[in-house]
Amino acid sequence: MATQSSRLAARLMVAPSVFVLFVWMAVPLAMTLYYSFRLYRLLSPDRSGWVGFTNYLWFFRSPDFWQAIANTLALVGGVLALTIVFGILIALLIDQPVKGQGVLRILVIAPFFVMPPVAASIWENLFMHPQNGLFAALARGLGAEPILFLESYPMMSVIGIVAWEWLPFATLILLTALQSLSPEQLEAAEMDGAGAFGRFRYIILPHLTRAITVVILIQTIFLLGIFGEIFTTTQGGPGSASTTLPYMIFKQAIVAKDIGRAAAGGIIAVILANIIAYFLMRGIGRHLDS
Amino acid sequence: MARAHSPRRMLITTIAAWGVALLIFFPVLWMILTSFKTEASAVASPPQLFTADWTTENYAEVWARSDYPRFFWNSVVISVGSTLLGLALAIPAAWSMAFVPGRRTKDLLMWMLSTKMMPAVAVMVPLYLVFQKTGLFDTRIGLVLALMLMNLPIIVWMLYTYFKEIPGEILEAARMDGASLWNEIVHVLTPMAVPGIASTLLLNVILAWNEAFWTITLTTVRAAPLSAFIASFSAPQGLFYAKLSAASAMAIAPILILGWFSQKQLVRGLTFGAVK
Amino acid sequence: MGKIVLKQIRKSFGEVDVIPGIDLTIEDGEFVVFVGPSGCGKSTLLRLIAGLEDASSGKTEIDGRDATNLPPGRRGLAMVFQSYALYPHMTVRKNIAFPLKMAGMSQAEQDRKVEQAANVLNLSNYLDRRPAQLSGGQRQRVAIGRAIVREPAAFLFDEPLSNLDAALRVTMRQEISELHQSLKTTMIYVTHDQVEAMTMADKIVVLNAGRIEQVGSPLELYNHPQNLFVAGFIGSPKMNFITGEVAAQYGCTTLGVRPEHMVVSSGGPWEGVIGLAEHLGSDTFLKVDVPGLGVLTVRGSGEMGLHHGMAVRLGPQEGRLYRFGPEGKALA
Repeated sequence: MATQSSRLAARLMVAPSVFVLFVWMAVPLAMTLYYSFRLYRLLSPDRSGWVGFTNYLWFFRSPDFWQAIANTLALVGGVLALTIVFGILIALLIDQPVKGQGVLRILVIAPFFVMPPVAASIWENLFMHPQNGLFAALARGLGAEPILFLESYPMMSVIGIVAWEWLPFATLILLTALQSLSPEQLEAAEMDGAGAFGRFRYIILPHLTRAITVVILIQTIFLLGIFGEIFTTTQGGPGSASTTLPYMIFKQAIVAKDIGRAAAGGIIAVILANIIAYFLMRGIGRHLDS
Repeated sequence: MARAHSPRRMLITTIAAWGVALLIFFPVLWMILTSFKTEASAVASPPQLFTADWTTENYAEVWARSDYPRFFWNSVVISVGSTLLGLALAIPAAWSMAFVPGRRTKDLLMWMLSTKMMPAVAVMVPLYLVFQKTGLFDTRIGLVLALMLMNLPIIVWMLYTYFKEIPGEILEAARMDGASLWNEIVHVLTPMAVPGIASTLLLNVILAWNEAFWTITLTTVRAAPLSAFIASFSAPQGLFYAKLSAASAMAIAPILILGWFSQKQLVRGLTFGAVK
Repeated sequence: MGKIVLKQIRKSFGEVDVIPGIDLTIEDGEFVVFVGPSGCGKSTLLRLIAGLEDASSGKTEIDGRDATNLPPGRRGLAMVFQSYALYPHMTVRKNIAFPLKMAGMSQAEQDRKVEQAANVLNLSNYLDRRPAQLSGGQRQRVAIGRAIVREPAAFLFDEPLSNLDAALRVTMRQEISELHQSLKTTMIYVTHDQVEAMTMADKIVVLNAGRIEQVGSPLELYNHPQNLFVAGFIGSPKMNFITGEVAAQYGCTTLGVRPEHMVVSSGGPWEGVIGLAEHLGSDTFLKVDVPGLGVLTVRGSGEMGLHHGMAVRLGPQEGRLYRFGPEGKALA
């Protein structure tokens, strides 16, 4: 519903954003694609040339690769599950009339303001450290052996840390959605004989669908690239137990200094991201239509 | 909710809510407490929540050993600069998408978001080389550009969802009143969308402030912000807990304080269209 | 001066022809009402005149000038929207002054014109309030004020009263009519409410499915509807349509009798049972179920003393019959 000239204006005004994003995406992608078919090792710069799919095959043949894919998916799925479940519970709790709601919100939102390297280092050193960490002290106090979080349960530890960082975001979005639910709907359901669980299941949860969609979409975008938390804490170890795809690429580029392989891994990561994006947009994008 | 709650129930929910909130906040609190302890009492066993010998020594030492003001200033310039530049690009784009939607508007928006799904690590080497070649490496303008592009999809989306709540008739009224496109956006749309723009601005300053991959990859010394500052402190792990905590507190304090003070504005627009 | 001429204006959205082609002349100073059921294209037609939509083909002339390709702000027209479309972040004063500011008028001149408009519209005490602090009627006046100060060639109203309650609607209707009488500027008014159309218009344009069904003064449309659609749309309650044998007796396919032209008398040709009687004091409305003819609506003046379940005889007032042919066209 508009005129020719406003449609033209609209195109002109959206063009700069599209253009810069396209360049930002296309140039590195094209270069990565180019390197992914080349032999390019920083340690032996004189040997170079086209190598076909060798770099890609290296990934597919590496057992670490499948582990890395599984870890990446576990990280995304685990954090999403934790933040949404606990986000809903916390939102339901602080939506109740409680004393000091303003201060409560300030406390709950705090982890969102903590930059990832700091978050990771707090958890690693002050909490999960086997000698000096608070968890170890707690275990000793109870007469138990301290748990070696980052050694024995590296992936779960990383998921826990990242979930802590993202919990406030999920909680806030869900809380806002919850507050937009008209009390009359709940009262009507109560008149119709719905108990607390019934009200949650048939009124509150459907009302939150859109908010959950948004949380999944935004968090997935950020979670697929998670790197700093792993770098700071487990360095992908022990072995490759907590190596995700981004971290595996990083190891090839920085540790092995094999740019060709890292580029091939990059392309695989981009394809994986696109597959996930496709299902995400198809599966939940329709909830966003208004 | 309009109905009355019994005092007993209110007491129980209040205790539960505060318990949960303190649990979530505890890591930050513990870090702040540790930053005021001596190194010895920071690793004392059993751990002490409070200590007898409070000290600000750690802060003094971190301050003396590093060029904190430079890191701080770099963080400010990069996060605010990238956000303002992003808004300048995104406001017209979001106007187009919200008020002159076409068949492909939704696809365009989703495409923009999908550019964010490309893992940064995947394109690290090419971008590193491009930045080296173009002289953007280790410059604030380079990071402003990189972070602006990184957050642009989020900015466009937030503004889009916010603009869509503004009735198109008001903009048409402005058009009837003889406003040019520029006047329509500057005098009518932008003032009406102030809460949404403020919220977008805040969220993106926070995201840019906390960004730790490109800021570390694309800088060495001159343009390094606080995320790089803290990375340099993480190295001697487990040795200097109190100093590490002090440095951490210094890195997050500015944004934590900003976030707390502007919490209302931030939350108001932080819906991404989750609420109709 | 505000003479507006539309020549073969056509509008399609994609495949759908919303307006297949319209010719219309609106004379300077006329109060023209576009009326029709929702989706008939009346709002689209108004937006085409405003320039908020492009015509797919055809020509729009304003004051003899080709305005087909002029942007909305340069057509010299002012519009009052259904939602008022006030700028919520500006005071009433700034709202009214906005078009003047956009035209680059001096501050002193702006103030003078705003004061003047505020006087006319009884808004002087509210100039420093925001739209959110005003009642519906006051907001409506601000929207009109914003239109007046521009001294436009014509005013366009897009269902401006539909958000007001019934009592206020009557008051505002009269205010707009008075405004037209004092300004003598062309006004084009879109509504789905035929009462608004009948009471305000010099000329009514009845639209249906993007086509003009009939153009004429309110009484012309009432007395001489050219087809079934106009006959059914104009007049309240709706005209009774009778088909079949009875219509054939009168030499037509459909016989139309307005409820106010139905007479209840012992000598009436039709007999039926009252299904519903509504007593308004000044009028009585009856729904009479007549076997073979269906339910007929009757409007009688005053108290008629008839009730649900009573059997009555009734018939049409002679000389007040409307006859329509097989295509729905009125027969002479």
